[in-house]
Amino acid sequence: MSAQTDHSQSQHPAFYAVIVMLVIMAVGPIVLMFTSSFKLDVDIISGTSGLLFLPTIQNYETALCDVLPYELEHLDFCALKFGGAFVNSLIIALVSTVLTLIIGCMAAYALVRFRFMGRDTVSGSTLMVRMVPPAVLLVPVFGLWNNEFCISKASWLGSWIREEFGGRGDVCLAGTHSGIILIYVAMNLPFVIWILQSFIVQVPRQLEEAARMDGAGPFQVFFKVVLPLIKPGLAAAAIFTFRIAWNEYLLASALSDRDTKTVPILIVNNMSEFNIEWGVIMATGMLLAIPPIIFTLFASRQIITGMTAGAVKG
Amino acid sequence: MSTANFNRLTPYLFLAPAVVIMALALLYPLGYMVYGSFRDWDPSQALGESTFVGLANYVTLWNDPNFRESVGVTLKFAVSVVSVEMVIGVGLALLLDRKLRGMSILRTLFILPMMIAPVVVGLIWRYMYHPSVGIFNNTLKSLGLESVDWLGQHALLSIIIADIWQWTPFIFILSLAALQSLPRSALEAARIDGATGWQQIIHIKLPLMMPVLIVTGLLRLIDAFKVLEVILVMTEGGPGLSTEILALRISRTATEFRELGVAAAMSGYLLLMLMTLTITMLAYNKIQEYRAARAIRAIEEDM
Repeated sequence: MSAQTDHSQSQHPAFYAVIVMLVIMAVGPIVLMFTSSFKLDVDIISGTSGLLFLPTIQNYETALCDVLPYELEHLDFCALKFGGAFVNSLIIALVSTVLTLIIGCMAAYALVRFRFMGRDTVSGSTLMVRMVPPAVLLVPVFGLWNNEFCISKASWLGSWIREEFGGRGDVCLAGTHSGIILIYVAMNLPFVIWILQSFIVQVPRQLEEAARMDGAGPFQVFFKVVLPLIKPGLAAAAIFTFRIAWNEYLLASALSDRDTKTVPILIVNNMSEFNIEWGVIMATGMLLAIPPIIFTLFASRQIITGMTAGAVKG
Repeated sequence: MSTANFNRLTPYLFLAPAVVIMALALLYPLGYMVYGSFRDWDPSQALGESTFVGLANYVTLWNDPNFRESVGVTLKFAVSVVSVEMVIGVGLALLLDRKLRGMSILRTLFILPMMIAPVVVGLIWRYMYHPSVGIFNNTLKSLGLESVDWLGQHALLSIIIADIWQWTPFIFILSLAALQSLPRSALEAARIDGATGWQQIIHIKLPLMMPVLIVTGLLRLIDAFKVLEVILVMTEGGPGLSTEILALRISRTATEFRELGVAAAMSGYLLLMLMTLTITMLAYNKIQEYRAARAIRAIEEDM
């Protein structure tokens, strides 16, 4: 331990300067967004740089105007329905994460314990799916979700949904939360199966056999013995799935309607307007960035495990 | 159902949901896309109502100068981004591969740019590149220099810089992991034989890291073809077509020009390019794994 301390103390001062520079470069832009989100547009435009400004939460109030319990004085009309989009994003991201984990876990377990296919097959197909850009899925998913994955309004289920929830035409997946969740689950499954597989392989078989001797069924063995042992793998898989579902823009924008818009869609729509209110946009960006930032700060080790598992272990 | 029967079915029960979902929402759409790329298809029709046009979409695209430019921009973007990121990322890993207190904090900070939404990354950089309120031009101005038209004249360079900011840490973390898993014995042997730092890097570290580096580079290259949101938010593909990468062009063809058949054909081309890359990578991976195993054996025998 002392040798290690000596070693790190003997570093050249320039070395530390390089590290400080790197940290500033990596985090600086995010800090800039953070500070700008507390500035009024007047302060941003006047260019009084640095920290000499009166911080205000007005931008956040404007962004969240549709869910705030009180009226805002600086705003006559709540144009930005950010609160609703935030709820949509949360529902979609959480549900797809949970579903992906459950389904992926079961599949990974079956692949490892019942020796269906080799690891090579699975990692090969994981890579193949990783290769497919969301833009390639855009056209078919748009077509399928709008035209094929529908329940006819003539069927009993379709007519029941139309009566309960209103609307016209056939009941289709497009425009619903489930439609977006389905594609996110499918997109994330291969990676999740693959990473969980590498954790399940390490669970000693004897443990499971002991449980089975005590009379546990296959489902009990899985939930009571295997699951608790692969928690770190689950955490890594959960973070990666949540991140994609939370951050994704393209497919969500093709599949959502007025009521199911997610936060990234809202931000992009606001960016294409002629007169950008930088303060408000930065506040929305900050709100979108907060969950991933929190995950990163608390679970960076799992994230790095997930990231390096891809290339380093092969 | 008897228990034995149930046990035999268990693996299938466990696998079924994953297989069904992936078949329904990944494989079927991909097949649908290939099928649609042979048709004259607009968003108001179901695919079945569209007319079959054979390879017409592919041929039109092949002769379309705009599409070719888009492919050129994509290639330029992907290649320059990956090469710069590899050099900086690997360089940093070699520099920072020492016992350092706070290394885990450093790594945590470095992965932040990758974790936040691409839309937000685009937002931040568009703000920083802004001609009047952006930090770059303000700094230049306060230094008495002329301001730069970042997202106008130099749009491609600007999006490349943003991508380098976001993804260099990925290369850095993977190469650092590779460095730290190198066989200690080989490095020690080199040190005892009196190899200098540079000699160790060039003759031992880099060759041993090579398989991981190649895979990392190819993974990054594949991902670089998928970048869309950052560019969409920063430039919307403009000015002109100067930053319109393929993924962006596909989405515009589908949503703005409403030509789903052509967009599907474009997706076909993009998928073909990426498939070639992936297969190269898998093949290379296999070869290198075999070679690395042999090389390590050889080094250990030498000792």
